[in-house]
Amino acid sequence: MKHIENVSGHVSRRGFLHGALVSGVFVLSARFVPEPLFAAEGEAAAAPFEPALWMSIASDGAVTIVAHRSEMGCGSRTALPLVVADELDADWSKVRLDQAIGDPKYGEQDTDGSHSVRTSFDLMRQVGATGRVMLISAAAAQWGVSPKDCTTEPHFVLHRASGRKLGYGEVAAAAAKLPVPKKEDVPLKPRSEWRYIGKESNSLFDLPEIVTGKAIFGMDATMPGMVYASVEHPPVLGQKIKSYDDKATLKVPGVQKTLTIDTFKPPHQFQPLGGVAVIADNTWAAFKGRKSLKIEWDSSPHSVYNSAPFRKTLEATSRQPGKVVRNVGDVDAAFAKGGKIVEAEYYTPHLAHVSMEPPVAVAEYRDGKVLAWAPTQNPQAVQETIAGVLGIKKEDVTCHVTLLGGGFGRKSKPDQVAEAAVLSKQLGKPVKVVWSREDDIRFDFFHSVAAMYMKAAIGPDGKPTAWLQRTVYPPINSTFDVSAKYAEDEMGLGWNNLPFDIANHRAENGPADFHVRIGWLRSVANVYHAFAIHSFADELAHAAKKDSVQYLLDLIGPPRIVPLAYKEEEADEKQRYPLDTARLRRVVEIAAEKSGWGKRSMELGKGRGMGIAAHRSFLTYVATVVEVEVDGKGQVHIPNVWTAVDAGTVVSPDNVRNQFEGAAVFGTSLALFGEITATNGVIDQSNFNNHQITRMNRAPRHVDVHIVESEAPPAGAGEPGVPPFAPALFNAVFAATGKRVRELPLSKTKLV
Amino acid sequence: MIRFKVNGKERTFDGDPDMPLLWYLRDVAELTGTKFGCGMSLCGACTVHQNGAAIRSCTTAMKEVGGAEITTIEGIAPMHPVQKAWMEIRVPQCGYCQTGQIMQAIALLKDNKNPSDQEIDTAMSGNLCRCGTYQRIRAAIHQAAKESA
Repeated sequence: MKHIENVSGHVSRRGFLHGALVSGVFVLSARFVPEPLFAAEGEAAAAPFEPALWMSIASDGAVTIVAHRSEMGCGSRTALPLVVADELDADWSKVRLDQAIGDPKYGEQDTDGSHSVRTSFDLMRQVGATGRVMLISAAAAQWGVSPKDCTTEPHFVLHRASGRKLGYGEVAAAAAKLPVPKKEDVPLKPRSEWRYIGKESNSLFDLPEIVTGKAIFGMDATMPGMVYASVEHPPVLGQKIKSYDDKATLKVPGVQKTLTIDTFKPPHQFQPLGGVAVIADNTWAAFKGRKSLKIEWDSSPHSVYNSAPFRKTLEATSRQPGKVVRNVGDVDAAFAKGGKIVEAEYYTPHLAHVSMEPPVAVAEYRDGKVLAWAPTQNPQAVQETIAGVLGIKKEDVTCHVTLLGGGFGRKSKPDQVAEAAVLSKQLGKPVKVVWSREDDIRFDFFHSVAAMYMKAAIGPDGKPTAWLQRTVYPPINSTFDVSAKYAEDEMGLGWNNLPFDIANHRAENGPADFHVRIGWLRSVANVYHAFAIHSFADELAHAAKKDSVQYLLDLIGPPRIVPLAYKEEEADEKQRYPLDTARLRRVVEIAAEKSGWGKRSMELGKGRGMGIAAHRSFLTYVATVVEVEVDGKGQVHIPNVWTAVDAGTVVSPDNVRNQFEGAAVFGTSLALFGEITATNGVIDQSNFNNHQITRMNRAPRHVDVHIVESEAPPAGAGEPGVPPFAPALFNAVFAATGKRVRELPLSKTKLV
Repeated sequence: MIRFKVNGKERTFDGDPDMPLLWYLRDVAELTGTKFGCGMSLCGACTVHQNGAAIRSCTTAMKEVGGAEITTIEGIAPMHPVQKAWMEIRVPQCGYCQTGQIMQAIALLKDNKNPSDQEIDTAMSGNLCRCGTYQRIRAAIHQAAKESA
């Protein structure tokens, strides 16, 4: 996605000292990587060793590393500093993290798309290694020896011959006065010498604070003198306030006043939805006051939105030819030749993110500038959104990032932070906006509802001679363009890159209108694309009377690089992350082996079954086998899940396992329960009573995650576990019951 | 005037008696380790102890806590065996629900020194974790039980 290259070149130390200490030195954009620069802070003896952007070393040896990615549970905030510390040869126990504010000087900061480690890994290595070279040079100069005769051990420079040692803190000030070495003079450690990268002992930096309740999430952020706000949003997207009555609200103890927020001007982007805000002394009073608001809303074109008829529209569109997004051979000619034709239609509903921490933010507007604290995946989007809404400069918005109580894509959209800023401007004091769970579910940027049509012709050997697939859903781009009807980036999420060895293949996308805000949810369009493709693959295996694993391997075909069309900005993927079927085959084979596929699946007995799916997303290869048990009441239990993962180089293996264990639970939620629907434009669900997510008693009992050892460049970890889960589960349900269910969630289908 | 104790300290409250304990703890007492997740006793993020038993503070009104001893995560002396197990098993992902999970687990182990998987499921299924750390929560409870034995 984001190709990283170093085009900033070297800035001389002189140039650096004459520039601003931290900013103003580099010209950065998402495509540029800042060259790490180092500078002394004055001439004082205790001057910290200051790599301008990314790290500093104090004279007591304390190393501070900047975390420029948000922590929402995926481990990026820990993983990237670990990489710096490894190359620096720092003692991790002496490392502190400094969470970056939103600022383009760090490059792009959106923690989503499972790309944080992938896009910053090389840079973080370079930052750490540069620091190490400078510390060695400083110590060598002090000893009057050649740097070549020196090495490091954690937090010390060592002179090999004499056994002399100097702590990093002792040489930091001298190191800071040295010129920054050129990249070619900075050796990176060989993999065999990594102390932290790839080690089982790595754990989240914030773990002690999390288990003691001291960790600060967005919900916990405060500002002196702040008030609390809760916003009654228009029930239908785009509605404006006609009139409202707050008399009863103002009588609620603790309520101070009510204010209005303008409804956005389309496209909605990440702007506030609009509505009436209740300002109060505490969160509870604001919530309570809202209950007695009487608001009359005007009309919205989106009040026509009803999920049942909308589904029929999507399905009808999926039966018609759409826009071709990939074409191999000639499917029409192949279908004309006959063979066994198999057709199937799949449907998946809207989903909500429901992070455990609902959207929340605190912001203060003062003198034309905004200061915000927010649990955001994307602090630069906070800057841009608030700047746009208030008509101020982006640079005048400072966004601090707290820990996120989950994110899953929802917290890339900062509408609630903008609400806090808008209200603060009206009130003249800091405002904390707290969304209730009901607000969170009803006013999400929803995972899109989708319909897929699949058709294949099976040849005499059982393999498809032709494979046609169509997908239709309101696209994410409707967030930015009200006329958008076709998907764009979603096509790369498991639709225009089918890794199967089929001579004739066509992938299409049909148009759809949006009526709610559409957003990206953990693994995004891969959810519905993988559900259709891997359910259909299993249907074909059954039609061909073949074993599902063997059939899947046959579909993937021989080891090869799948030829794909790449966009210019995907050059990095094309070069470093080609779609390699050998890696896909390998995860299938491992998942099958670990699960005892064949032997175990034969012995399971009545009401039990196993299913498999393998999907590459976010450049990571994943195969998942799910075992189900369908009880006498038709309720599905999941005793076992086996997942094999090839994510390339992994920084923290235990954390990656945790991500994939979690993906199985997230996958269970969307496979068994998840469904958001609308009636006349109003979302029907509101809290965990009518929008169920997986509880411990329905979660997979055992999730076994096997990480494939790999020296390939790092790929994604947060999302890729999700896509194969639902199809593997549904294929297992078919194996257990003989029922082929083609729509999510499973709770809508009676199994007995 | 409602009198009660939070983490051993005497407290009084004379605000809206309908205010849930959760919001008193968070917004008034500034004990933010107790989290808001649903407001309807559906997710367990707000779990605290009332006289040693796990309760949902989001639906416990202040008028119900008169004379009670409330314990929040801040009142648990670290490292409690449950917290230690949480660290060793590396349970958390985002961590938001984990203080509620830990408070629920501590209450469980007080009543049942060696719970089975089934008993853990029964006790813990009211506590949601969207990151999906249930497998590790179960393992950590078993480990804490062993440690405390």
